[in-house]
Amino acid sequence: MTESLSPVVEMRGISLAFPGVKALQDVDFRLFPGEVHALMGENGAGKSTLIKTLTGVHRPDSGQVVLAGTDVAFSSPGQAQEAGISTVYQEVNLCANLTVAENILLGREPRKLGGIDFPAMRKRAAEVLSRIGVHIDPASSLGEHPIAVQQLVAIARAITIDCRVLVLDEPTSSLDAGEVAELFRIMRVLRDEGVAILFVSHFLDQVYEISDRMTVLRNGTLVGEHLSADVDRRALIAQMIGRDLGALEAIEEAAEKHQADGPVLVQAEGLGRRGAIEPFDLDIRAGEVVGLAGLLGSGRTELARLLFGADKADSGRLLVDGKPLHLRGPRSAIAAGIAFSSEDRKGEGLVADLSIRDNLVLAMQAARGWTRPLSRRVKDELVEKYVAALDIRPANPDALVRTLSGGNQQKVLLARWLVTEPRLLILDEPTRGIDIGAKAQIQHLVTTLAAEGTAILFISAELEEVVRIADRIVVLRDRHKIAELDGSASLDEVVELIAGGAAPEKVAS
Amino acid sequence: MKNRLLWPLIALAALLVLNLVVTPSFFALRMQDGHLYGGLVDVLKNGAPTLLIALGMTLVIATRGIDLSVGAVAAIAGAVTCVHIGSSGDAGTAFVGMAIALVLCAVLGLWNGFLVAGLGIQPIIATLVLMTAGRGVAMLVTEGQIITVNNDPYRQVGAGFVVLPISILIALAVLGLVAFTTRKTALGMLIESVGVNPEASRLAGVKSKTIIWTVYVFAAVCAGIAGLMISSNVSAADANNAGLWIEMDAILAVVIGGTSLAGGRYSLTGTLLGALIIQTLTTTVYTIGVAPEVTLVFKAIVVIAVCLVQAPKARAALSFRKVAVS
Repeated sequence: MTESLSPVVEMRGISLAFPGVKALQDVDFRLFPGEVHALMGENGAGKSTLIKTLTGVHRPDSGQVVLAGTDVAFSSPGQAQEAGISTVYQEVNLCANLTVAENILLGREPRKLGGIDFPAMRKRAAEVLSRIGVHIDPASSLGEHPIAVQQLVAIARAITIDCRVLVLDEPTSSLDAGEVAELFRIMRVLRDEGVAILFVSHFLDQVYEISDRMTVLRNGTLVGEHLSADVDRRALIAQMIGRDLGALEAIEEAAEKHQADGPVLVQAEGLGRRGAIEPFDLDIRAGEVVGLAGLLGSGRTELARLLFGADKADSGRLLVDGKPLHLRGPRSAIAAGIAFSSEDRKGEGLVADLSIRDNLVLAMQAARGWTRPLSRRVKDELVEKYVAALDIRPANPDALVRTLSGGNQQKVLLARWLVTEPRLLILDEPTRGIDIGAKAQIQHLVTTLAAEGTAILFISAELEEVVRIADRIVVLRDRHKIAELDGSASLDEVVELIAGGAAPEKVAS
Repeated sequence: MKNRLLWPLIALAALLVLNLVVTPSFFALRMQDGHLYGGLVDVLKNGAPTLLIALGMTLVIATRGIDLSVGAVAAIAGAVTCVHIGSSGDAGTAFVGMAIALVLCAVLGLWNGFLVAGLGIQPIIATLVLMTAGRGVAMLVTEGQIITVNNDPYRQVGAGFVVLPISILIALAVLGLVAFTTRKTALGMLIESVGVNPEASRLAGVKSKTIIWTVYVFAAVCAGIAGLMISSNVSAADANNAGLWIEMDAILAVVIGGTSLAGGRYSLTGTLLGALIIQTLTTTVYTIGVAPEVTLVFKAIVVIAVCLVQAPKARAALSFRKVAVS
């Protein structure tokens, strides 16, 4: 952490261009042993590209990478790994059907008589796990463990080799508060052993909690490098989004609260599903934004899925306009004017290999059935309207959704549902993992839709966002609905309810 | 898109050129009694059943499925028609027989769809049931005999001519119909959507089951028409050998045409090219006089070569070699 130490990684004047995009321009980056270094920037700022340049996935067009005083030019991730740079990606990429020990030592198995020495393998795996204080059976199969533990196994795998640099690319995005705390504990252990840790996260609180130093990128250029203690939140955001401070203000102004007095649109009576969410009552009125607050695993998504018919309820009933509605699946919910934008954009939301146009009209076309196609003219009108309204980039309707940034993918998913003109729009984590500009646009859209009479059920891990935007807040804990607060509730009140003894997942300062 | 079809096109051209070198008259076309004859016409005519089945297979594969039962279904179609025709020579009987056969094939497609979409059985297992049982059904229908018929209207389907062989015209008509239907309705988009991401499609309200059911029925009907061609061409129904291993040729045609077995985006033009490559290859084996005992090895080598040049990794390795040599 002190300047007297020499950096373990030094990247100088890195530039890299992809067809049509200058991904990195003359970026310098230093990483010191024994520090946690946060790489900050909006989506598309060049964070991933810089990491991939370091880990040998991309080769820079110009500039040099110096590892522990020697010039290096990795041509594959394998080479980088051998040199002591390990990476753990956002999505766990291990084999769920193999054991924990096999995953940790895959490709480096201890051998005996031409075969794998399983006892030795389990022993070595157990040693690595105990080094980071994770106590699970190395012989158990990885798939049995929750994602958070799998992530820790991925870290264990990363440090089995002599690891000098550990890159963690958004490791916390699917973890709850306790799991994040566990991850941070392990990161501190490794840091104190002298490992240099490069950390990427969209959660500012986590960045401030764990990082010693940060480097900020914007549009592929270096904006600055600071000690985390030296730069406050507002200044950091200003650096990340640049001149566009208007976006920040837009977020703060976005929420104009109002007490909705429209008719009750959707009503759940004792609706529940074993193992997912305990029976709950809930009224949602037209033109109202109902926020769902709770930790990850508290049943937020599960509640939403019941209202949409994505899962079948095994108790209670759902009324729409006061009449009971039996949901046989998403189709009947869509027919009743309910739309659900999943938190899992890639897995459950978008069809990645289809174009923006096809994704946009998918829900509407599905409701009409394949024999009644939308005409090209209608499609083009819809696409043009929503691409402009949501500022989707690129504005080329034939671009494959796979190639879009996270924020733009989210907008395409939103647009798919807006096209169907839903009466209740359920948004599960619509702002996760997207940059602050897109976040502001989506929050603004939510309030606009509500003002026009659409009911919104808004779910977010960022409590601050829920409190700011919701007219009414429903609080969940341990798969129970425990409270309902009106929109004037403060963040502290909600946190206290949610915590109920447990640590809050995400408390903004 | 163009890029994806480039290599199959080159492979086809190479095979055709090889034939031209060995048989200089290969490209020659001649009219005789108003019928067009020639090497190319033969390729198209013999490839028609494979093309038909490959078209159905393309849509099935696009939904992440596969249909192994098409060969057996083809045999059933021929068997049912021939048994119905019996010793009759008139056109009415032939048409009724073919209609019965095709309706039966549609029912068999419903059965496959039921196993896959209704019961959620993996497609390769679900259609394996009918692949083996279907031959048995065809045997039952023909009572284990090869049924020969002498019905001129029926013979036209596989062996008749309207300038071009009728089987070619039928195959091209079905190709046109599929291309038109999938592009002009939303079927193509919904098939791709289900194939790329079934769960996202379900949550968007796509009736995945109906789509899956539709493609299996379509594949079975295509197989039925192909079975009629095969049986009509020889005026006989052979429950054991009609359409034997044709499912493998069809799957190969789809893959060579650039449609991924993982489902999703598909290319009908690619499948057409794939089917032509396979048929040209079979023809080539005869024209260049490959010994019968190594025929399959020869075919395998060509198919591997075609698949390799399509794989980005293999292409990269090849171009690297070129650079190294120069």
